[in-house]
Parts: sequence; C-alpha cells; structure tokens
Amino acid sequence: MEHYLSLFVATVFVENMALAFFLGMCTFMAVSKKVSSAIGLGIAVITVLTITVPVNNLILHYLLAEGALTWTGISGTENVDLTFLGYLSYIGVIAAIVQILEMFLDKYVPALYNALGVFLPLITVNCAILGGVLFMAERNYNFGESIVYGFGAGFGWALAITALAGIREKLKYSDVPAGLQGLGITFITVGLMSLGFMSFSGIQL
Amino acid sequence: MSAVTPKGVLTTPIFKNNPIALQILGICSALAVTTSMSVSLVMTLAVIFVTAFSSMFVSLIRHHIPSSIRIIVQMTIIASLVIVVDQILKAFAYEMSKQLSVFVGLIITNCIVMGRAEGFAMTNTPGLSFLDGVGNGLGYGFILMTVGFVRELLGSGSVFGFTVLQPVQDGGWYVPNGLLLLPPSAFFIIGLIIWALREMQPEQVEENEFKMKENTQPKEAV
Repeated sequence: MEHYLSLFVATVFVENMALAFFLGMCTFMAVSKKVSSAIGLGIAVITVLTITVPVNNLILHYLLAEGALTWTGISGTENVDLTFLGYLSYIGVIAAIVQILEMFLDKYVPALYNALGVFLPLITVNCAILGGVLFMAERNYNFGESIVYGFGAGFGWALAITALAGIREKLKYSDVPAGLQGLGITFITVGLMSLGFMSFSGIQL
Repeated sequence: MSAVTPKGVLTTPIFKNNPIALQILGICSALAVTTSMSVSLVMTLAVIFVTAFSSMFVSLIRHHIPSSIRIIVQMTIIASLVIVVDQILKAFAYEMSKQLSVFVGLIITNCIVMGRAEGFAMTNTPGLSFLDGVGNGLGYGFILMTVGFVRELLGSGSVFGFTVLQPVQDGGWYVPNGLLLLPPSAFFIIGLIIWALREMQPEQVEENEFKMKENTQPKEAV
C-alpha cells in the first residue's frame, strides 16, 4: 500500500506529465484559456489514462513481450517477441478506447458527454496518453502499479492545466508587450510553473 | 498560406509559418530533448523523415481513403514509420535511443505529423506533400536546434559535445548556468524565440482580447 501511495505522489508532483515531461503540451496551451473548459479536459484525460494504461499493460504482458504468448499453449511461442509492434498496438488501443468511452458516455451519461464535447476525440492525439503508456512499458510496471500510475499521471496533468487556466484568466488584466501577447507569455508562465514544481523533486513518502 | 509552389512549401514553414512558434503544434516532444545539440539533431532528423514520408504515403493513397476512417489510416502509416525509425536507432545508435527514451514513440502523436497529413497531404500531389513534410520538419528542427544550442552552450559550455566555454570545474573561467539544463528553461527560450519572430513579422502578433478601456473620467479617480 505504501509503495502505491508513494508512486502516486511521485507521479502527480515530482514527475508531473505536463510540467516535468512536457507531455500533452499542444492541448495544454490551446485549451487553458478558461478554468471551466480546463477542468472538463482534465477529467477526460484522467478517465482515459486510468483506463488505457492498465489495458495496454495487459496487452504488453500477455501478447507482445518476449515469451508472453506461452499461455496460449501453442508450441514455438516461447521465442516470439512482438515488442516492436508496441507503438502500433498502443495507439490503436487508445483510439479504440476513446471511441468506446465516447459512445458509452453518449448513451449513459449524456450530461458528462455534453460537458466534454469536442475534447474527448481530441484526446486520442494527446501526447500525455501515449506518453503515459510508453513510460509504463519502459519502466516495467505491474498491473497494480499501472492503474495507480495511469490515475496519478492524469491527475497531475489535470492539476497543471487547471492551475495554468487560473493564471491565464488573471493575466487578461496585465499589460503584456505586443510580441509576447498570447502564446509567448503563456510559454513563460508555464516555465515559471514548471520551475515551481521542480521544488517537489526528491519528495518521498 | 502562400501559393503552392515547390520552393514555397519548403521554405515558408521555417520562418513565416513556423509549426511551433505560430501554430502551437508539436511542442509536446520538442522540449524534453533539447538539453544537448546532438540529441536535438537526431530528433530533428527523425521528425523530418517521418513527416516527409507520412505526407507522401498519405498523399499517394488519398483517393482511396474513405473519409470516415482517414484518421486511423493516417495513424497506422505514421506509427509504422515511427517503428522503422525506432528500430534503426536501436540498431545503429543504441546510446542515443536510450537518451531519447519514449520521445521517439511520441513522434506518433506529434501534432505536426498529423496536421500535415490531414491539412496538406490529403489535397495535394505526393511530390509536393513530400516537400511540405520536409519543410515543416525543418521548421520544427530550426526551433529545436536553436533551443538546444542555447541550452547546451550556456548550460554546460559546449556545442555538440565540444567544449567552447571552458567550465570552472575543469580549470576554466565559465560558470555553467545550471538552470538551462533544467526543463523549465526550454519554455523561457521558446517564449523568447516567439517574441523575436513576432518582432520581425508584426502581422503574427495576436490581438489583445481584453484591451483596457481608456479612463474616460480621470477626475473621479483623483
């Protein structure tokens, strides 16, 4: 239990997806103008990451990794190593899960579906999702760890985008040099936030 | 976008319509790999390769892709190309592929690649799409190399691993600026590059959405 808690805290603060690894930056910059839409996107990212990371973990361990196919009982599968197909299957799984989630929400939770709106399909190409899956594969997490990691990564990302949206709402009232207007000043703000998050490094439970 | 000529599609993305500075595309993987110039160079080459060939292949089969499943077709082409890059790196430059870690895989979700496949290759001929891919890859590389140059030169006093400014700990005079090796510095540098590009090309400056109203009743304020 303690191990999982420490993994969670490390994922949210120390290895924050957005501010330490710069993942999902495109949407991070584009959708952080208003707090309400930032929260919507944040929730969507948490949901998708919490589902896709464990699912891809199962696929990696039962289909792709070296000798993973032995459970099928077919002889000669001990030496099959399909890890090079990783990227293709991860992105396929992510796209499929986002699509399924979209249809599920549309049918059973229309309120949330309407609130998320266009953000849900956009998540397929959000680097934070694929990044989370690839980090999981690289660090060889087991199934339990991958659930915690997926949720923690999504939570950290949501936290960061909500904070940035809050700052940008206040930034409306400041007098920014013309050339820095919009994108430029956002970059510098994110840089300062990232510097702030660096102070969490080294924290362990 | 300017007229579609071979030279035009190759050069406009570098300064005039830079994918990173103007269209906010593909910053995701751009920032973490810029601590040294050699890593940035490898990343640039990988992105140019993937963008150019994915645009070309998408353009080749553009009349045969049903529009309802075009995203997944593009994804498959891009992912296959990235697998090729990843395998080549693992075979011939293992150290480099360790340093890039997950960021090679993240080229798949790099918005530049998708954006060019969707926005340009679906409506243009294979040759032009190939050049457009190269141009956008170069525009991406331009920012990446600039950031990498500043970070490596001021952060560790070297360029491509060759010492230019002799650091203090090796008996030289230059005190390395540790901040530039940390992730946040990439944001500051890109912010400043955007500022510089927009000073050169004022038409890129974004409208101020919330302009302050002039104070119409100055007497009341006193």
